[in-house]
Amino acid sequence: MPSYVDPSKCDGCKGGDKTACMYICPNDLMVLEKTEMKAYNQEPDACWECYSCVKICPQGAIFVRGYDDFVPMGGQVHPMRSADSIMWTVKFRNGNLKRFKFPVRTTAEGAANAYVDQKGANLDDECLLLEANLPIPTK
Amino acid sequence: MALPNKPKGEIAAVVDPQVVEHDVDVLIVGGGMAACGTAFEIKKGAPADMKIVLVDKAALERSGAVAQGLSAINTYIGSNPIESYVKMVRNDLMGVIREDLVYDCGRHVDESVKLFEEWGLPVWKKDADGETLDGAKPAPTLREGGTPVRTGKWQIMINGESYKCIVAEPAKTALGADNIHERIFIVKLLLDKNKPNQIAGAVGFSTRENAVHIYRCKAAMVACGGAVNIFRPRSTGEGKGRAWYPVWNAGSTYTMCAQVGATLTMMENRFTPARFKDGYGPVGAWFLLFKAKVQNGLGEFYANSDSVKDELEKFMPYGASPVTPTCLRNHLMLNELKAGRGPIYMATDVALNAFLEDRRAKGMDEKEVKKYWKHLESEAWEDFLDMSVGQAGLWAGMDIEPEKTGSEIMPTEPYMLGSHSGCCGIWTSGPEEAWVPDIQNPSRAHKYKWGYNRMTTVDGLFTAGDGVGASGHKFSSGSHAEGRIAAKQMVKFCRDNASFKPELKQTAKELVDEIYAPVRRYAEFVGASTAADVNPNYCKPSGLMMRLMKATDEYGGGVATYYMTSGKLLNICLDLLRLLREDSEKMAAGDLHELLRCWENYHRIWCVEAHIRHIEFRKESRYPGFYYRSDFPTCDDENWKCFVNSTFNPDTLEWKCEKVECVNILATDPWL
Repeated sequence: MPSYVDPSKCDGCKGGDKTACMYICPNDLMVLEKTEMKAYNQEPDACWECYSCVKICPQGAIFVRGYDDFVPMGGQVHPMRSADSIMWTVKFRNGNLKRFKFPVRTTAEGAANAYVDQKGANLDDECLLLEANLPIPTK
Repeated sequence: MALPNKPKGEIAAVVDPQVVEHDVDVLIVGGGMAACGTAFEIKKGAPADMKIVLVDKAALERSGAVAQGLSAINTYIGSNPIESYVKMVRNDLMGVIREDLVYDCGRHVDESVKLFEEWGLPVWKKDADGETLDGAKPAPTLREGGTPVRTGKWQIMINGESYKCIVAEPAKTALGADNIHERIFIVKLLLDKNKPNQIAGAVGFSTRENAVHIYRCKAAMVACGGAVNIFRPRSTGEGKGRAWYPVWNAGSTYTMCAQVGATLTMMENRFTPARFKDGYGPVGAWFLLFKAKVQNGLGEFYANSDSVKDELEKFMPYGASPVTPTCLRNHLMLNELKAGRGPIYMATDVALNAFLEDRRAKGMDEKEVKKYWKHLESEAWEDFLDMSVGQAGLWAGMDIEPEKTGSEIMPTEPYMLGSHSGCCGIWTSGPEEAWVPDIQNPSRAHKYKWGYNRMTTVDGLFTAGDGVGASGHKFSSGSHAEGRIAAKQMVKFCRDNASFKPELKQTAKELVDEIYAPVRRYAEFVGASTAADVNPNYCKPSGLMMRLMKATDEYGGGVATYYMTSGKLLNICLDLLRLLREDSEKMAAGDLHELLRCWENYHRIWCVEAHIRHIEFRKESRYPGFYYRSDFPTCDDENWKCFVNSTFNPDTLEWKCEKVECVNILATDPWL
């Protein structure tokens, strides 16, 4: 199914005008059913399993069940993402578990320098910001 | 139970959407690496009052090909000569590239990578003993001279789960959040009413509310990626979402630019990557970091056999390279499969155990070997978890531990793109510098420069990333750099054309009628059947997409025929595409999500038509392993070492395909 929503955990992002999963899905798959106030994946066979919805869900309500046309049942891969790292739990069909933790970012969120007040020198050369003395090919 | 003739989506479409008009100076269409590069760079040259808006059909934080993350940056020049990079690209793409564009990308790309690291992207480093440090460990930055972990000559390893979030952040800050319009899908570019061949705007619709957005602009950048789900995928059920390239890339870049008359180039090129079967996990780290080899079904490591060497000699000079061109690697694999010597395995077990044996041979005790193994295992899994979690899910479901068993690899269905190991796209100007060839021809379709770097043959229309043709191997970093290049040029274009006031050819009503046609068709005819998806008056986008993929697969050289086609088959394919194009006007959408799918399909059909036209025009097989023509089965350098460019005339609605001279800027002897 790719991503699916656990109804016991989903709170429809508390009735906000958009849920976190709707906001983030690159393929416009996650939608909110407003009578039940639960989200769901409206087009599972267009899901890339990119996990953007899983990673962003504030309730941890979204999981992934492998594609039913080639993945045997029982395994699961699930992340917990924080501001600087991500912890993955890989559960195998045979019940084995593996955990991996990787860094995701070395700066605080919002700290990336956009060089807002900095200007390039000359519009008529090919140098971009912070560049000078561009090379040209030698044969 | 209710009859099923109801719109399925949660946001129903209405026949009369509101119309929102915007006047901007520069419009950026797309939100991936290239568009983020443009958004970051453009204000550095723009006057304070210049209005710049970026329109993304998704959310900038996770849109484009890097949405999921990446485990490597595939282009970082470092201490290599840029010339070597150009020669590598030239050889991998079988001799036909725009060396000016590739060199230009090569001289800007490292600055993008250094910015990524500064913004917070963890880049793996080598410590003083040559051991690997992950990107969070203290080490000198690339700018400070730190040594990245190379896999192969051009790639560096990263902890890239948040790569796109990190790159999007300063892009958003630079433009200002109010100037990022998310969840609006631009579907058509608009020409100026008064000035011929000049871009004047674009139109699209919101996927969140019933609204058509019309933008007037003086310059536009279109970078919405390549094309996916254009050939029948190997998995046709749920797994068709697990495309190798992002499933939301619908060929919009090529179609929208072609429709306003921008010349396309090398649309015959495609990419059919060999990847882990079904999950489509990356193989680069396995080949380059873990030094794994491929085995055929007989257990033979066929890549170094004498018969393979003989086969590669048929494709000189390309086959002589120490790194065999990507298409020829596929070609060798396909030969094994066709001879019944499949399946092909990546011998992950052999590779990983070789590392452990190597440590043991150097005297490492078992306790230390175990610790080292933990590190190695983590690196192996991170490769998937950073960028292709579905592959990790497949291994989990299959109980695969890579140190114990190898995994099957397989060439996928074809994709169209211009930034990876493929080079279809739009013909653009190179830098206005003396070293770029000055072709004496009145037509921009034959020239290499016409004043504004990365401008298409349409005035004011720029592209980058997957959009720029004949210059592959940019990958994520090069696409960002190319977006930055285009940014500065658009500012220059606006300065030089300060008096230009865009005026659209079409009225707002005409545009709304066209954009919302599928909604109106649905509303008009939904009552003719008790089932919303089965109706004699319309087709649904999901069905039309399957029809498209069946036609291309069977006649255009898809997986069904091991990528084989012919002039006869291609012309049947073109007939089927004409019918598809006609029927695409009968697509119906009951909700806004379906309207999105209608327009994506429309873009797919158009860009595949260009692909098939180019293959038909080029009477040779330039990329054996990506596609073959049975009637012209060899790579014919004598007649076809040239670009094929095509131009659609928006006034006469005719296509023109032509041969265009391919000039080598770098020496051809030695070839590499």
